[in-house]
Amino acid sequence: MGFLSYLISGISLGSIYAIIALGYTMVYGIAKMLNFAHGDVIMIGSYVVFTSTMMMGLPVPVGILASIVVCTVLGVLIEGIAYRPLRGTSSLAVLITAIGVSYFLQNAVQLVYGANAKSFKSVVPVKALSLADGALVISGETIVTIVSCIVIMIVLNTFVNKTKAGHAMLAVSEDRLAAQLMGINVNKTISLTFAIGSGLAAVAGMLLCSAYPNLTPTTGAMPGIKAFTAAVFGGIGSIPGAMLGGILLGIIEIMGKAYISTQLADAIVFAVLIIVLLVKPTGILGKKISEKV
Amino acid sequence: MALLEVKNLGISFGGLRAVNEFNIKIEKGQLYGLIGPNGAGKTTIFNMLTGVYKPTDGIITLDGQNITGKKTIEINKAGIARTFQNIRLFKDLTVLDNVKVGLHNSYKYSTVAGLLRLPAYHKTEKDMNEKAMELLEVFGMAGEAEQLASNLPYGKQRKLEIARALATDPKLLLLDEPAAGMNPNETLELMETIRFVRDKFDMTILLIEHDMKLVSGICEELTVLNFGQVLTQGETSVVLNDPEVIKAYLGE
Amino acid sequence: MKFMKNMNKTTKQNMMTYAMVIVAYIVFQTLSVTGNLSSLMQGLLVPLCTYSILAVSLNLTVGVLGELSLGHAGFMCIGAFSSAFFTACMKDTITNDLLRFIIALLISAVCAGIFGILIGIPVLRLRGDYLAIVTLAFGEIIKNIINAMYVGLDENGFHFSMKDSMSLNMTENGRIIIKGAQGITGTARQSNFTIGIILLLLTLVVVLNLMNSRSGRAIMSIRDNRIAAESVGIDITKYKIMAFAISASLAGLAGCLYAHNLSSLTALPKNFGYNMSIMILVYVVLGGMANMRGSIIAAVALTMIPELLRGIGEYRMLIYAIIMIVMMIFNWSPKVKEWREAHSLKGAFHKKNVKEAK
Repeated sequence: MGFLSYLISGISLGSIYAIIALGYTMVYGIAKMLNFAHGDVIMIGSYVVFTSTMMMGLPVPVGILASIVVCTVLGVLIEGIAYRPLRGTSSLAVLITAIGVSYFLQNAVQLVYGANAKSFKSVVPVKALSLADGALVISGETIVTIVSCIVIMIVLNTFVNKTKAGHAMLAVSEDRLAAQLMGINVNKTISLTFAIGSGLAAVAGMLLCSAYPNLTPTTGAMPGIKAFTAAVFGGIGSIPGAMLGGILLGIIEIMGKAYISTQLADAIVFAVLIIVLLVKPTGILGKKISEKV
Repeated sequence: MALLEVKNLGISFGGLRAVNEFNIKIEKGQLYGLIGPNGAGKTTIFNMLTGVYKPTDGIITLDGQNITGKKTIEINKAGIARTFQNIRLFKDLTVLDNVKVGLHNSYKYSTVAGLLRLPAYHKTEKDMNEKAMELLEVFGMAGEAEQLASNLPYGKQRKLEIARALATDPKLLLLDEPAAGMNPNETLELMETIRFVRDKFDMTILLIEHDMKLVSGICEELTVLNFGQVLTQGETSVVLNDPEVIKAYLGE
Repeated sequence: MKFMKNMNKTTKQNMMTYAMVIVAYIVFQTLSVTGNLSSLMQGLLVPLCTYSILAVSLNLTVGVLGELSLGHAGFMCIGAFSSAFFTACMKDTITNDLLRFIIALLISAVCAGIFGILIGIPVLRLRGDYLAIVTLAFGEIIKNIINAMYVGLDENGFHFSMKDSMSLNMTENGRIIIKGAQGITGTARQSNFTIGIILLLLTLVVVLNLMNSRSGRAIMSIRDNRIAAESVGIDITKYKIMAFAISASLAGLAGCLYAHNLSSLTALPKNFGYNMSIMILVYVVLGGMANMRGSIIAAVALTMIPELLRGIGEYRMLIYAIIMIVMMIFNWSPKVKEWREAHSLKGAFHKKNVKEAK
């Protein structure tokens, strides 16, 4: 039963990575930039839930809604203020700006809430599921996380492939200039992408802090990096790839911790990533790109 | 013996046969043209000749040496240099340095000599500068030696690509649409340059071109390609009057 | 001849860079000796040299070779631990401090360089963001493994474990040199400002001389157009790995300098994690691609700004972040660039030429 329960917590952690990775991968696919501040949007989302439900005593659904709204708006604002002026220049310049935004968010939160960890009470109302006479217990957080992940994946895939706005996204990610010539509003499409990605970040933040209740201004940093890794792992720019990459990464991390070494778990995760990329340089589900001569 | 001999060259991408049964023989000192409608496979042939693509079948022989399927740098060392349809210069290097990169394999000193500025560094760099300036003077670009390559006007960028290719001391020079994007005056000047390069360096040149004035003006022999197949080959004046060729270009 | 003038131009630029470093050294050293330097600044001198070396060496990978690396701190980490390990082992064997330190420096550069080659061979086949994430991963792996590593020394030789100090199975006289997350303690503090400046100058000589040599041109040609470089016979793999390895070994030197400036060395996320790698990358990008002087200025400025902002207390890091964003937009935004060109005197003179060149 040990293995099974590790597997389930791996899938659960992986689902959180997957939801974050979706944000990374969409923004990368459409704006062609690594949004290093994405992890910090997660952290902001968690603080919003913390403030509204645990400090102000508002009902949980209100807190969740507030968090999604704040993150969505924040995502759009970040894109408009910090990234849009740099569109069309070196992607490195945008990367550094994203790092600046990340510092800004972390330090702003630290000013308001202090650097000390806040303890986050789970917002998941679902009871734990006990199987096989209590030999295998699946926590409510795990169930909700996995279910949310599946729902988000399906909704997002449908949105991108079936709606007009989704098609616009695909077009912009394929060829920005051509999309513009076809009458697609590129700025709006990129804003929408950031809005969706950041909204997902809010959900991820809430799930992350429900499962791992320590909330600090740097809470989002490491999961952000891991999710970015997951996105690359699965093939950056691909929605199913982000999902697959996230879940695999979660499983590898938990299994590594359980069977090999707690201290080396991160090293194992990254080592697997390197091996995958060396075998398949564009990730598991990534498209092969070749340069035309 | 021909300088370049290509036998039954072919390549497939997935299920698509891009080039099939391509044969060509180019004698030393010839100015040879490869023409054909867009998508006929001309650049693909260049890419196979220079090792960018590995041919699916066929044999390429340069000066008696089998170079089929070799890597680009080996083929360059064996004696083929090229230019590109969409100009590929080292845009953040100076014009002079662009040519000096072309001289990389003929003028050598170790990295350590470079780091420590040993005598070998100073001597070789001096020789390289002289050789590179000599080449630039041939193309009338000595005055722009210190400019960044990206600041050159279009026509000169094309010339710099030729100068850089010549710097590798090739036996065969491949020019991929050298007149693309040039106005008639520039094209005329380019024709002069190409002829001059052939005479001055005793060079063998194979070029892809759409500009019929240039082709008929300087090429001695032509191969016409259509849908990856050789349509006809032979002396320029004969080939250009071939009804099949006219049909391929103008459609029926 | 005209190209002679051009050569002099690059040489002149390089001389200015060396001069800037030397002048800064004289100024700070004088202030320090005469006691006019605050203890805070005093403590920053060696770190400033360390960060400058890191920035210049990373610029070789990012600006000259044109590959994005997010694992530079990993090489620094290898340099730091290999040299500190050597110093700790040889504390009683080699008693000449200077000699021991010089050997430690060599070891740090060689070890980091070897790792640069080992990592470079598989990794440099990847491009762009994939390369970035893999280098980040390598940096994290290096930090992670060193954090979990125990090495001890007794009369039977070295003992090695990835678990804890007990499983080293050493005799009573044994000495634990690397103690897992506690790292290496009791390293002699041999780094000082003068050594830092010498190493910085050395780094500059290596990088600038490389850039103006045959190999450097090959490296830059790969950056500008890989396919064209190949077509003129440049061995892409060889020169990529050369640039990466030199960059890594210089970072190793910085690691040695760093390690010998602290009495206890630990591999924390703060000093050797991806955060550090990113910080170095920020210096490089702000200072300008392939602009070594810019890298040094950016490293110094960005290290000093938070210190100078101490007066405004807790807001300093927030302001630092805003400065970073604004600087990036000011330097890179196409619109701001246009505006700057339109509103500067220099721009007014040059505009005509720019148009002609186009």
